[in-house]
This record gives sequence, structure tokens and C-alpha cells, in this order.
Amino acid sequence: MAIRRGRGVAAVNYPTGMNLGGDPSQALVHSTPTGNFMVTLSSVDLGQGLKQIMAQICAETIGVSADQVTIDTADTDTGPHCMGTFASRGTHRIGNAVIQAATEAKQVMLEVAADELEVNASDLETDGAGNIHVKGAPQKSISIFDTALAAHFKRGRSISGRGMFLIPRSFPEVETGAMKPSTCYAHACTVAEVDVDDETGEVTVVSVKNVFEIGRALNPKMVEQQLVGGSWMGISHALYETTEPYYPNRDHRGIDFNQYLMPGPGDLAETEIVVLERPAADGPYGAKGPGEMCANPQIPALANAIFDAVGVRIDHLPITPERVLRALKAQRAA
Amino acid sequence: MMRLAKEYFADQRDDDLKQLGVGLQRSDVPGHVTGKTTYFADRNFPRMLHLKMVRSPHHHARIRSIDTSEAEKHPGVARVLTHKDVPHNVYTILILIQVGPEDEQVLAADKVRWKGEAVVAVLADSERAANEAAAKVKVDYEVLPAVFDMDEALAPGAPLVNEYHGNNYYTYDSGSHRKVRFGDVEQGFAQADFVLEETYRSSPIEQAPTETTGCIAVPEGNDRFTCYTNTQAMFFTLDNTSIILQMPGHKLHFVGGTVGGGFGGKVDVTVEPIAILAAKLTGRPVSFIYTREEEMQISSPRAAEKIVIKDGVMKDGRIVARYVKGYTDAGAYSRHSPYGAQKGAAHYPGPYTIPNVWADTYCVYTNRTPSSAMRGFGVTIADFALEVQMDKLARLISMDPLEFRFINAYRDGDMKAHRQPTEGAALIECMQEASKAANWPVAEKFLKMSSYKET
Repeated sequence: MAIRRGRGVAAVNYPTGMNLGGDPSQALVHSTPTGNFMVTLSSVDLGQGLKQIMAQICAETIGVSADQVTIDTADTDTGPHCMGTFASRGTHRIGNAVIQAATEAKQVMLEVAADELEVNASDLETDGAGNIHVKGAPQKSISIFDTALAAHFKRGRSISGRGMFLIPRSFPEVETGAMKPSTCYAHACTVAEVDVDDETGEVTVVSVKNVFEIGRALNPKMVEQQLVGGSWMGISHALYETTEPYYPNRDHRGIDFNQYLMPGPGDLAETEIVVLERPAADGPYGAKGPGEMCANPQIPALANAIFDAVGVRIDHLPITPERVLRALKAQRAA
Repeated sequence: MMRLAKEYFADQRDDDLKQLGVGLQRSDVPGHVTGKTTYFADRNFPRMLHLKMVRSPHHHARIRSIDTSEAEKHPGVARVLTHKDVPHNVYTILILIQVGPEDEQVLAADKVRWKGEAVVAVLADSERAANEAAAKVKVDYEVLPAVFDMDEALAPGAPLVNEYHGNNYYTYDSGSHRKVRFGDVEQGFAQADFVLEETYRSSPIEQAPTETTGCIAVPEGNDRFTCYTNTQAMFFTLDNTSIILQMPGHKLHFVGGTVGGGFGGKVDVTVEPIAILAAKLTGRPVSFIYTREEEMQISSPRAAEKIVIKDGVMKDGRIVARYVKGYTDAGAYSRHSPYGAQKGAAHYPGPYTIPNVWADTYCVYTNRTPSSAMRGFGVTIADFALEVQMDKLARLISMDPLEFRFINAYRDGDMKAHRQPTEGAALIECMQEASKAANWPVAEKFLKMSSYKET
């Protein structure tokens, strides 16, 4: 009886969005009298940080700092329609709607600034630090603060914009299944290393090395947060979680976190993340949706690593110590 | 812990962003870590009622009678609701995108089809009173044979789970399953050096959000209802509520906010309609929040799946044919499962170019907790099956598993089985980087490959 080490690999892709159901989201953007910006949505932040990313996308598009953008969301009286936060669609779909709304608002802002500076709006650009200036002549400038005041109190303009992103619904062709289930795909490859105790069937995840291609890392810290969390969830799916451990038998159903198992802090694997960026043609600043994908490749990589370690295949998730032990027993009997 | 590998695809990016591409601190994080973030359940209203559901103790049973008289007399009880109180009691949530039929009862009228199905809603001044009164509801059941196994459910003579479908599978416009047909799969198997058929299975998985599903419905002075909810989709839930309650949408005001984790577990419309109905009928605010047990066993999990994959492979590593049958255990009702099952159909070749593909995906009904969306819906378990299958195929032909994937990896322009040309491929580069990061050597020719279309 011994601890045996093995490693396995898996590579996956993942569709962004839910074209098979139709995939619309809308956004509204307007400026306050002093040149701060409100983004109004009905999208839901599930804790992943949707509001922060939308603020950064709006800020990038208009040319202000992200802390000047406030996100007002998840209120059906004020926010325009959003299909929902799922299908890895938030950043991509809602982000595109925010870009369109912010672009329209920015155009009005530049027109007001042009009137104030007595130049053409097409000659103006933002510096990303709160100012608008003539291209190539940064000394001829006006602050966004003054521009917004002028719009509100002098020029009678509404610095605002409407944004809409819609992927029309794809209906699968009946006989061939020709369909367009998404617009772009994120990618991943994971190498997992495990120790398997061939006496107890217990699997210890030594390390997971994940490479993710996500289009564009719009906020690398938040990308890291999501990818590390997803990687943990993948491990949990592979080795721990189920509401029905003896499916299709319905016995032994977990009803709380004492019975429904997940890896705890002591079970965390050494996790390495490498991110590649191949911008999506239709992504907001190239971003794809990695939210779901990042929990997938660890599962088969671990199954393959367990085979590499002890030579048994567990083709039924989750790969519990009991299943490993039964397979080892069958292997020895054979 | 994370590294951005900027050397890949550098020719496709202008790294000139100012507010993006930088790791700004999330503006909401200080609130989260200091306990100041407001969640829907942090609100309290005068005279608020608590809703507790009387649920089916049987997997499959006919309801002979429902007696709520003792429960109604229990101290603190304001109202007891049955199916008779629900204006449009038979519903299905994807009806909003024309995916019917309506197949589920908000409160069971004639039958229960899974253990835990909602039958009677009790409203009381306190959770304790609601629970005590719920225990006094008497439902007379005639227990029926139940089916839990997808193979048994699809076999002739199986008990019928859901009369609204007429069969124990969802009927697509393509019949009992969604089809993908590409190339000539039989010819592919005939030409293959080896054929490998394997079966993969998974058990249901709970989304396990920190915050359980719930809402608080408040009747307003202007004849509208405000619903504070942690749904993942505001208008999807509002519009479904409008149908179930036969109440115009303008009467409804949904307020969300930060949700304590969703993972797909909060896209079914299970609490809002009944809470708003209760608020309307009592004129009082109503709180309906799942216990942890309800979150684990009542709220929809990720479906169990069974996936059969048969592949034809050449000695040189090329996969020349793939045949897949995928089965999704929807439990007793559709919810989002018909969608997930067909999403899977398009996914089965995975990120590989395979010239001959045949995929059938089935959405199967059994007498268990309805399954629904979860992170990786229609894809996660498929990826498990596909990538373990890839490992087996590589070993079958004595090839390194990573090199085997390079040989089959899709590249820009390759036609996928669901007849979309590949765009923006990056699998090869991910594997090249993984080879380096994990010190898993592959032949030089694979490190020189590119996802770009050759010109």
C-alpha cells in the first residue's frame, strides 16, 4: 500500500452567451451636472464584480477615471432590460451595451466641448484624466467638469446615451443541427497532479496549472479572483460534490455543509494561473466570458491524473474515495 | 499566482487601454468585507409575514384531498394558500422564449412528481408559527410508482412522470432529441484503425451559494408590489411572475442588488410569484427565504448526465469519427433543461476538428428534484466525458495525451460539426503554454503550431 503520484491534462473551449435563447442587454449612460457618469442597468451583480467592470468599461470609452462612474443596476423601474447574469454573458453582452451607450454620451460631451472651445467636435479627444483637448494641441482644452456644467446650465444638452447589444436568436436546424450557440469561445488547458492513497482511495490534489485564454483581461485582479475560484470549484466538482451520492438512488442526500462536502482551506491545491489574450472580434475591448469555463478543465484533468497514478478509470462524477477504492479492489481482483 | 502571458497574440492587441487592463480595486469590496453590503434579506418591514411551504413527502403521488382547516386556526397564521389561489397555476419559465409546453404547477393541484414539490403555502407572523401550522396541513396522497433512472424512464412501460409532455423526454422540433449531423459517421468508423465506446456519468450538483434563494414582497400604497429579490435575471423573473399572477407588468417593481452567489441556482422563478401573490391576498409584506436544506434539496441542482461517446481514431492520432448520445436528467419538470441539453449537442466535438460527427442529446424526465442551470450548463459534464475520452484514446494508440490533442486541435477556419467556422481559436497556444508551465514536454513541431489560418 502506498501513496501514488500521477498527472493528467485536459483542454477545453467554452461558448460565450446564450444565442439559442436570444441574448439582449441594454444600458443607459448619463452625466451629472459636474461631469460624473451614471450607468443604468437592470443586470444583477452576483458578487463576481459586474459593477466594477461596467464602471471601467464606461470610463475607458468616455475617457474619465473609473471612480467617476457609478453603476445603478438591478431595479426594473429604472434600468433597461437585461436578459440576466448567466451563460458567461455579463462582461461580453452588457459590456458591449455600455460601450454603445457611453459612445453616444461621449459624442454629445465632445459637441458641447467643441462649442465651448469653438472648434470641431471631430478634432477633440479625451485624455483619460478628466480633460478634453484638441488633438495634437493639449493646451487647448476644457475639463469634463466644465463641459458638463455648460451642457446642463448653458447649452441645454443632455450628455447621455443609449446602448443595446443583441445577438439574434439562433434556431437549430432540425435535421443537421446547424446552429450558432455563441459568438466567441474562451479556451483553457489544465495540468493536474495528484497523490492517490491506494489503501483509502483518498485523492490529494498536489497542484493545478491552468492556462486560460479569455480574450482580454479587463481587470487582471478580478480575472485572477474568478479563475482561482473557478479552479477550486472544478476540483470540488471532480472529487467532492453531489446532492445524491448514490444517484440514481435517492438516499444519503446532503442537507447542509456538514453533509454536502467541499474542499476546505486545508485541501487547497497549489494553483497556478496563466492568462492568454486573443481579443474577440465582437468582445468589449476584446473580452470573452471565462466565468463558467474556468471551472471545467480541472475535472477531467484530475480524472486522468488519478488514472495515471493508480491505473483505474472512474467515469462517474464525483470521484469519491469510495469509488476509487472499489475500482482498485476490482483491479486487484482482475 | 496569476501571470499574463503577453507574448501570445501580441499582434492582435493594442495594449493602450487606460482604465482597463489594470487591476483596480473593486468599489464594492470594502462593503463586502466590512459587512456593510446590503442584501435583500437585510430589509425588515412592519407586519411582515413569513412563508413556509408544505412539500410532498412522496416522489410521485396523486393528491386525493388537501385539508388546511387546522393550519388556518393555528395562532399567528394569516393565510394558507393552495393551487386554487394561483391565477395561472401551470407554467414553465422558458415560455418567455416560446419553449413550451407549460408543465409545472406553482402549487400542486392533482399530482406531485418529486419529493419536495410545493403543495400548500402557509403565511404566519413568525417562521416558527408558519412551520408549526405547515405541520398541521393534511394532504391525502395515493402513492404512485416512481422512476429515478434515465434508462428506465426511457424504457417502454415506464411510469409517466409528466403528463404535460406525454413522454419521459422533451420533444424538440427534431423529435425526441436534438440532433447534430456532420459528415458520414459510419464511413468514418469504417476507415478508423480503432474504435472506442465509453459511457460517462455524473450525479446532481448543488450550486451552493452562500446566500439562499429568496425574496421579500411588499404591497405599496399605489397598488403596485415591490419585490426585493436575489434572482439572477430581473425582467425574466418579473415577466414570468406577471404571467403566473395574471398581473400587468407595470404593477411589479423588482429590486435586486448584490447577490450572495448564484452559479445558475437563482434563475428559476420559484419564490417571487407566490410571495407577491401572498402579499396581494394579505395586504402585508411577505418574506419567503429558502432554508439551507431547501437550497440543497429543493432548489434545482445541476442535472445528472449520462454520456456515451464512440470515437474512431487512426494510428497517427487523427480522430475521424465521433458518435455521442447525451442524456440530461431534468427531474420532474423542464425549467431550463431543454435548453441545456441542446446547448450540449453543439459542444460535443469539443475544441477539436472532427470530420464526421453524430450527436443526439435527450432531456429526460424522472421523479426527482427538477434540475436546471448551473455554471457550465450543458458543457461541464460534456467536457469531463470528452477529455477523459481523449486521454483513453491517446493511450489506446500509445501516444502522449497532450500531443494527441495538438493533432486534433481546431484552428481558425475549421468547420465545426454544428456548421460554424472556427474563429478566434486559441487552444493550441493554451496547450503550448501548459506544456511549458507544467514541464510536460511535447515535440518541437507542436510548439511551432499556431491557431492562425495558414496564408
